[in-house]
Amino acid sequence: MSESNIGIAAAISGSPVPLSPVDTSDSKWVGTEFLEWFGELGIFSWRVVRASVTPPFEFREFFRQLDEIGSQSLPLVALAGAAIGVVLALESVQSMTRFGAKSLLPAALVYSVVHEIGPIITALVVSGRVGAGIGAELASMKVTEQIDAIEASAVNPYRLLAATRILSCILMLPLLTLASDACGLFMGWVALTTIEPLSFHQFIISGFKGSGFNDFLPPTFKTAIFGLIIGLVACFQGMRTRGGAAGVGRAATSSVVLSSLFVILADVVLVKFILIFFP
Amino acid sequence: MATIDQIGIKQEASKAELAKVVEVQSVYKSFGTQKVLDGVSLAVSRGETLAILGRSGTGKSVLLRMIIGLQTPDSGAVRIHGEDITGLSLDQLSGIRKKMGFLFQHAALYDSLTVEQNVAFPLQHHRREMSDSEQRDRVAELLEEVGMVGHLDKMPSDISGGMQKRVGLARALALDPDILLLDEPTAGLDPISSAEIDELILKLQAEHHMASVVVTHDLHSAKTIADRLILLDQGSVTAEGTFQELQSSNDLFVREFLKFS
Repeated sequence: MSESNIGIAAAISGSPVPLSPVDTSDSKWVGTEFLEWFGELGIFSWRVVRASVTPPFEFREFFRQLDEIGSQSLPLVALAGAAIGVVLALESVQSMTRFGAKSLLPAALVYSVVHEIGPIITALVVSGRVGAGIGAELASMKVTEQIDAIEASAVNPYRLLAATRILSCILMLPLLTLASDACGLFMGWVALTTIEPLSFHQFIISGFKGSGFNDFLPPTFKTAIFGLIIGLVACFQGMRTRGGAAGVGRAATSSVVLSSLFVILADVVLVKFILIFFP
Repeated sequence: MATIDQIGIKQEASKAELAKVVEVQSVYKSFGTQKVLDGVSLAVSRGETLAILGRSGTGKSVLLRMIIGLQTPDSGAVRIHGEDITGLSLDQLSGIRKKMGFLFQHAALYDSLTVEQNVAFPLQHHRREMSDSEQRDRVAELLEEVGMVGHLDKMPSDISGGMQKRVGLARALALDPDILLLDEPTAGLDPISSAEIDELILKLQAEHHMASVVVTHDLHSAKTIADRLILLDQGSVTAEGTFQELQSSNDLFVREFLKFS
């Protein structure tokens, strides 16, 4: 197995990357690691689904997670959206002017923010903040036997810990995306006004001209899938951790890396899907 | 047709079976190529305390975790109140776990919750009919029982290891269990704290009349709190009996274990 393959396998399996050259003759083939990981993820997902749809429901923990994942992420998501709006506006002005399409600037800005930049930036920011947080928290609970203690107290940890976090991610991602889009568009307009005076009303009218719900709803709601990916991967990586403090660190890192990677890969599929079903 | 005597014998036999609250029957467990449990059987009756002794890595904690369903045996049966729990789902196990209390080796208190919230945790999930004030009263009662009054608002990180074990015990007793499982209750404690924990376990045992299983390395503690002891070696039961019976054993391993403990 090559060194790079060992690194990928370690990220997937959550086991430490060997620091010195090792005899890999008895190591698992990297494909086996991938298959095992996906198999375990499938079993984990089934347990979470079953726990989510059967009572008792953990409403108290669910509302706590809505606040933790939603409200607490809002400032960061809004700031990222705003920054991207400014950058996009300033970058577009030059190129659109060069091609004589300056009048299309508001529409281009609205289209790119709402269609792609807003959803993906929101998902990546949440993946960094929430994915790492969930991964580290659950991993720490796992290595200190707190998850076993929950189970020993006759409480289903898949229901209390995983289902509540995953559902909160699914619900909060579209709302955070709306906030990010709004901040991005507003700051994009502010950036445009520094170059050329343009009222906000005018910006909105020309930006949304000719657009329908199909242009906004599918890209916004696809972030629910991103939320599912972030919540699922982070909970899975956290709850399968082994190996003390180092294991907690690895779980936090792999939660962010894998959820970000899968969000981007899912986006590729979802964009194609949206183009086919919502032309 | 069965005679009156035969019926009487059958009734006695079923009573004896029912008295066996915990029954482990020929369990085997391996991790990879390492065999940890090799056909272990044991039974614990109501009001009895069984101590499991043995060298490190002989599967004592694995056995204890199997009794509460945190680990499943490769083969064999674990019966709680006569019901085999080995093939049950998490939700099916929950019904049985409500009758059990588990004290983890490092207490495993929820580090983001206060002492009061830790003890209230099982009540919040399984005594939903209790009002907040009733739950608070019950938590206060439990903490008084384990000598932890006045520490309600402290975080687990702010109290000593011995205190954490007491809080863990209070949490384990929250649902009035029939079975109490203790994983190294005195490990890492100074001799005075160990003696205090032993006294506390004896007191709780006298008051609640539970079936208790204690995994320990502490021979003094085992001698104090246990009615019966089993000694594990290489995954199987080498000796079983009271402390005095083990002391008079001629088995070389038993004699060595008792000598060096």
